[in-house]
Order: sequence, then C-alpha cells, then structure tokens
Amino acid sequence: MTAALEMRNITKEFPGVKALNDVSIVVKKGEVHALCGENGAGKSTLMKVLSGLYPSGTYDGQILINGEEKHFHTIKEAEEAGISIIYQELALAKDLSVGENLFLGKEPARFGIINWEHVYKESEKWLKEVGLNVSPEQVTGILGIGKQQQVEIAKALSKNASILILDEPTAALTEQEVDILLGILREFKNRGVTCIYISHKLNEVFEIADSITILRDGRTVGTYPAAEITENRVISLMVGRELTERFPRIDVSPGEVVMKVKDYTVMNPDVPGKKVIDNVSFEVRKGEILGIAGLMGAGRTELVMSLFGSYEGQSRGTVEIDDKPVKIKNTEQAIKAGLALVSEDRKKFGLVLGMDIKSNVTMASLKAVSSGGVINHNQEITSGNEYIRSLKIKANSVETITGTLSGGNQQKVVLGKWLMTTPKILILDEPTRGIDVGAKFEIYNIMNELIQRGVAVIMISSELPELLGMSHRIMVISEGRKTAEFTAEQATQELIMTAATGGKEK
Amino acid sequence: MSPNGEVVLDRSEMKRTLTWFKIDVRAYTMIGALLSIWILFSLLHERFLSATNLSNLFLQMSATAILAIGMVLVIVAGHIDLSVGSLVGFTGGAAAMLNVWYDWSTVPVVLVTIALGAAIGFVQGWIIAYRAVPAFIVTLGGMLMFRGLLFGTSGSVTIAPLSPSLKSLGQAYIADTIGWIFGIAALIFAAYLVLRRRAARARYGFDVEPMSISILRMVLMGMFILGFVYLMNSYKGIPVPFIMVVVLAFVFTFIARNTTFGRQIYAIGGNPEAARLSGINIKRRVLTVFVLCNTLAAVAALVLTARLNAATMSSGQNAELDAIAACVIGGTSLMGGSGTIVGAIIGALVMASLDNGMSLMNMESFWQYIVKGAILILAVYVDIYSRQRKKVA
Repeated sequence: MTAALEMRNITKEFPGVKALNDVSIVVKKGEVHALCGENGAGKSTLMKVLSGLYPSGTYDGQILINGEEKHFHTIKEAEEAGISIIYQELALAKDLSVGENLFLGKEPARFGIINWEHVYKESEKWLKEVGLNVSPEQVTGILGIGKQQQVEIAKALSKNASILILDEPTAALTEQEVDILLGILREFKNRGVTCIYISHKLNEVFEIADSITILRDGRTVGTYPAAEITENRVISLMVGRELTERFPRIDVSPGEVVMKVKDYTVMNPDVPGKKVIDNVSFEVRKGEILGIAGLMGAGRTELVMSLFGSYEGQSRGTVEIDDKPVKIKNTEQAIKAGLALVSEDRKKFGLVLGMDIKSNVTMASLKAVSSGGVINHNQEITSGNEYIRSLKIKANSVETITGTLSGGNQQKVVLGKWLMTTPKILILDEPTRGIDVGAKFEIYNIMNELIQRGVAVIMISSELPELLGMSHRIMVISEGRKTAEFTAEQATQELIMTAATGGKEK
Repeated sequence: MSPNGEVVLDRSEMKRTLTWFKIDVRAYTMIGALLSIWILFSLLHERFLSATNLSNLFLQMSATAILAIGMVLVIVAGHIDLSVGSLVGFTGGAAAMLNVWYDWSTVPVVLVTIALGAAIGFVQGWIIAYRAVPAFIVTLGGMLMFRGLLFGTSGSVTIAPLSPSLKSLGQAYIADTIGWIFGIAALIFAAYLVLRRRAARARYGFDVEPMSISILRMVLMGMFILGFVYLMNSYKGIPVPFIMVVVLAFVFTFIARNTTFGRQIYAIGGNPEAARLSGINIKRRVLTVFVLCNTLAAVAALVLTARLNAATMSSGQNAELDAIAACVIGGTSLMGGSGTIVGAIIGALVMASLDNGMSLMNMESFWQYIVKGAILILAVYVDIYSRQRKKVA
C-alpha cells in the first residue's frame, strides 16, 4: 500500500541556519500521524515546505503524494493536491458569515454574481460533516474559538482535503472543546481522512495518534507506532541531545528576595473565562538567574508582560518588590518599580528601527540625559557610547540607524536601553533568539556581570541547554500552570520536558 | 607618484569636510526641486524672481507654512488632522467677529482666538488619544463642524474690515532699519549657536569641526540672512507673517529635536509598541500634539484673516490639504516617525511657488489644481522610489 504522503530527505536552509536537515517522514493513508519536537525542532518549517509556502526549489528533497512526486510552487497547488493546513492562529474573516468563510475564494458564481442559496446549502452539508450545529448565516466572529476551528476544518474538507494538517490545534481550546475536536478527528480516521497532528501536549498525542514522528534540531529522530512507545521515551527522544555547548555560568550566593509573586492569574483578553496564567507563585533573589521553561503558548510571555504592566488581560494576585506590595498598571510604573523587560520580539516591541542607537538606548530614561525637558545631545551621545563600549555593540557610531544592525547587535541595543534604567529585576524573554553564537556568548557574559552587581534576572528560554546552562533555578510553566521548580543541580532536560508537556512528575 | 597621492589625499580631506556639513541628500533634493521650480518660472515670466513678487510669495505661503509646522508633529506621531482648514475659517471668523462686531482690540482678540484653537485641539486630541477614535474620523467630523459653526455664527456674511492694528498682523512690513537689526540679531544668534555647539562638544571631548569650517558655516548663514533682508528691503521690507513663520519654525524645530517631548513623538510614530513598553505615556503626548497643531491653526487663521482684511465663508478651505501636501513634499512620512519642520516649510514654499507662478502667468485656476496634485504624487513617488533603490543597494 502506498503512503498517503512521503517526504524524502528534505533540507531547508535559511541564511546561517539549517532549519531542516535531511528530514524524512512517511504518513500512511487514514492514520493520525503526530509530529513531536521541541520549539524550533523544525515541525512548522516542515509543514510550510509541504503546504507550498516555501515553494519548490527553495529546499532540497522530494515530496510524494500517493506515490507521485509533486512540486508545489504555491499554497494553491498544494491545496489542489489535497493538502490543507489549519494553523494555530485561525485564518477566518471574523466579520463574514460562516458560509462566506467556507466559500471564500471559491464562491459559486455566474458572471461574477454569487449564488448565495448554493453557498448556504453546501455550507450546511460541510458543517454537518464536522458536527457543528450553527447556521451558516451566523457571523463567524461571535463563535467560540473551538467552533471557529471546526469551521476551519469544514473549510478544509470542502476543498477536498485528503491530508489535513493541524498545527497546535488545542492551544487556545478549553478542555471540553479539546474533547470535541478529538472526537471529530476519530470520526475522520474511520472515514479514511489522513491527518498530521502537531502538538506539544503528549497526552493528546497518545490519545489520538497512530504513529509518532519525532524531530530534533531539524533532523528526524524516528517514527514509532504510538502503541509501542511511552510518553517518557518520546520526551527523552525529543531532548536527547548531548550537552556539548559550554555556558559561562557563575555560581553566586543569591541575596535576599527582591520580587515575590503570589497566586498570580492572568485572563486571556480574547477568550472570556480562559486563563493564560493560572495561580502561579514564585520569587526571585538578588544576584540569581531564574529560568522559566515551557513550550510555545504555555503563557510564559503573557506572565512577564502582565507583570510589566503591558498585557491586555486582567490579572489577579499579589506582587511584592523589596517586601512592599506594588500595583503595576502600566510600563511607566513598572520601570519606576525597578523592572525591565527585554521582550521576545525586538523588532516589534524593542526598537524603533528607524532611529539611531543613542535614541533607542535613552528612550526609557530620557530624564537622565535631559534637564527641564530639554535633551542634552552631548550627554546622550556619551551615554550611547558607554553602552556601545560596555556591551560591545558593533556599529560605526552612536548615530547608526538600528534597523541596519545585525540581530545580535540590535538585541544589545535593547539590553542597553534597559540597563540604562538601572533595574533591580531584569526580565529577558528569549534573549538569544535568532542571534549568532558569538553574540549569544556575549549576552551570557552581560547577564553574569549583572547578577554580580546584584540584579535579579528572570530568563524565559525555549532552548533547554541555555536554561540548564545559565539558570540557578528553573521554573516550568505548562498551559498556564506552574508544574515544577528545580534547582540547577536537580534539573535535567527530561525532567523539564516532562513538566512542560503536562506530564506527571515521577 | 606624488600627484596621484595628492589627489587621493585631497579627496579624503574633502570627504571629511563634507561630513561636517552632514549632507542630507533628501534636504538638498527638496531645495534643488524648489530652485528648479523658481528657475522655470523665472524663465517663463521675468517678474517671478523680482523682489516684489518674492515678497508676495513669502506672504502667501505664511498661513500654509504655519499649518504645516503643526501638521508635521501630527503626522510624525502617526495621525492626521483634516480639520485645520475649517478651523482656520472658524477661528478667523471668531477673531473678525470680536474685532469688527464687538470692537475688541487686537490683543484680547489674538489671545481669545489662540485659546479657542487650543481648546478645540484639546477636545479633538482627547477623543483621539483617550477614546481611541481614529484621528481621520474625529478631524473629518471637525472639518464639517467648524465650517458649519462659521456659517452659523457669522450668518454667512463676510466680516470686514478689521481694525488697522489687527490687520497689520497679516499685511505689515518691517521698516528697513528694523529689518537690518533683525537680520544682524539673527546672524549673531546663529553664530552664537555654532560656537556654543563647538564649546559643548569640546567639553565632552568629542571631535570638534575645524574652525575654518565653523567660519565658513557662519559666513554662509550670514550671506543668506543678510541677502534675504536686502532683497526684502528693496521692496517694502520683511513681511510680518514671514517673521512669525521663521520664529515658529525655529521654536518647533527646537521642540522636535531637543526636547524629550519631541523625541517621544518620533518614537511613538516610529514604533508605538516599543514606545509604550519604554514607559512613554502615548495618550498624553498625542493629546498635546493635537493641542499644538490646532493652536497653530488659530495663529494661521489670524495671519490669513488679517492679510485678507476680512473673514470670508470660504477662508481656509482646502488649507488642510495644502498643509499635508507641504509636509509630504518636505519628506514627512505618512507612516509616522519621520519628518522635519524645515522640510515642511520648503514644501509649503513649493506649493506657494506653484500657485504664485501660475497665477502670474495668468493660467486658469483649474491648472493650478491639476499641477499641484501631480507634483504631490510625483514628490512621493520619487521619494518611495529612491528609498527602494537605497534598500536594494
């Protein structure tokens, strides 16, 4: 029997990075095939290759559908071959009706005039297929996320999808909605629809999948029948790399507690009643690095953004800094309280790319270089130069536009901005994402200097070696809950990954 | 080989000299464009470059230039203000009513008019910043409302003539000697700024430009300032509104470049998310920007009403579009985050030159609309095209 899908020796390179290295995967007809791996293992890249988002020719290797080699140049070509992806971020037009969404881009029309009776009649049929009991004339946006996802699935089916790819489909769903989704997938399996299921949540994977392929660092580790492998084995295969990288961790004796967070809960601003962070408590000491581990969508970024006063969702719980309770409602107050946040997306949240280095560095502490609201340009240049020197930013001058710098140097400018506010607590969200090894090492050294000066550092990272190599303590967040906390000595990749995938502690 | 060596040396020397002048290619293209328009018109009409006509030109551009100064801040912050044209009509009408109908003297009229502009700016800015209604909508509504208010309060009649002292705001010229005194004062001030900058840089241990370049800089500025005074004096003197433009341009350039407020406006327009996360109070800054912009609109209204010696129902009509066009021609990005006041004033001068030149040539007024529209599109097209080229290179 030929496989529904076979991807052979796929290699995809980005400048400086091999995202996929000789990856192969065979998906049988009518099975649910799970794709597992850490953040950045290459799952999404592989699916983008399959869906034609990265056109044929930009990668090496072969794609075979039902034994026949295919070259997709556009998403449309992949769709015509029966491949349909449902992304975590749903791609529905929220103001249009369910029926309009189902037929978006393929409206039945004569002379450009849409036959609405046909649209709604057909829509009803497809909605029934996915067990969704709503009127096709309903506006899509008022449906819950779970139902919107069912609309997406119906849309995929209506395109005659024979291979359905679900990328983290349950990330935003409530438990009930997850059950409904898994029910639909089981139904599909009986009808012979092939399904690729990407998820961090191993309990779901084991509930639904027939086979599991594990990726690690852009390579295939192997494909295993779900019945013949255990959760623990999957985890150790996901993380089973050798810790060869060296980290310049310094061991300090942490001082007193600077920040204490108790019973902290953050609501999802878009989904009423859903918590992105659920009753999390932790504390940070002077001169230590607290690592926060967790998979994508676990709520780590939301937690720190909320603590920094810059997250839309409501929060509950208490925060104490230096034993005094603080109420932080906006970033101004957060900075005053001694917090600094280097966010995960430096281009979106960190820098004004059209401005030069000095203006970015002084942006959060303009008061320090001005008097009576008038900026002292020379003082500003001096401050800029200071950070260029101490952070080893490679640039022609302080007046170099930040948009022209490399990722590592941009990140250092953001760091400089926050160091200039002389924070007590520095929060780093994925501080080394997308920057080269040399710059990474320099950032680790900067972190060390800071803790020696008594700053408390909180570091979110998806790279386990980095977390293990730099942190003094590691807290693990899974689906908004704190599932474990380890000291640097206790922590292993397996323990962290078990806690991060929501597995029970053994 | 020494001749060759010398050439190379000279070049690097020249390059260093040029970097001291901070050659901004965009600024020079704008000035180049303005000069080519002037040369073109002077070839087409011998009186275009006469002292009389240039004096008129500066008078005509004043109201648009003052509006454009405020508009630059609004656009840099990532917003737009469509109401300033009608606001010029309404506040100008208010000034004329108080002056003509109620016999208020000039000083209270000026103060009340400016306060009215500021108050309107506060209301518009508050709705935009604190109630998150898009500036396009708020100021579009304002554009209709203020025009309606003008019709309603004035009974749709032209209000004229103004008292002589109010009229002088828009029509007077500065006596020759005072003009020279102003010119020399400006020259001394400019020289002081150059020298102060040198001293401050030296104090911080930075490279200081060679004295020869500082002197060259001062001589160039001196020639420009005194030449301008001489030219204006050979007609009736420097027009009062133009003095206002120069002073406002100077003050607002200072605000934009040298104050924390100005810096934060550019940051907000450049990346609002990064600005917010840096602890900048975006709402308060945006509110202030609209207060400033609409206050300047009231100033422009006084200048325009005084120059026409009347408040008419159509005064200020389409002025917002001229102001926006002046900003954009002057290099302000509608995406927010970049733009200069000097650029906007050159832009206003371009627009006024087109108007003036074409009326001088007795071209029918429909041509003026067509040509101004085409120039606007061309300016932005050239700008975007050159930026793309730069990206590729």
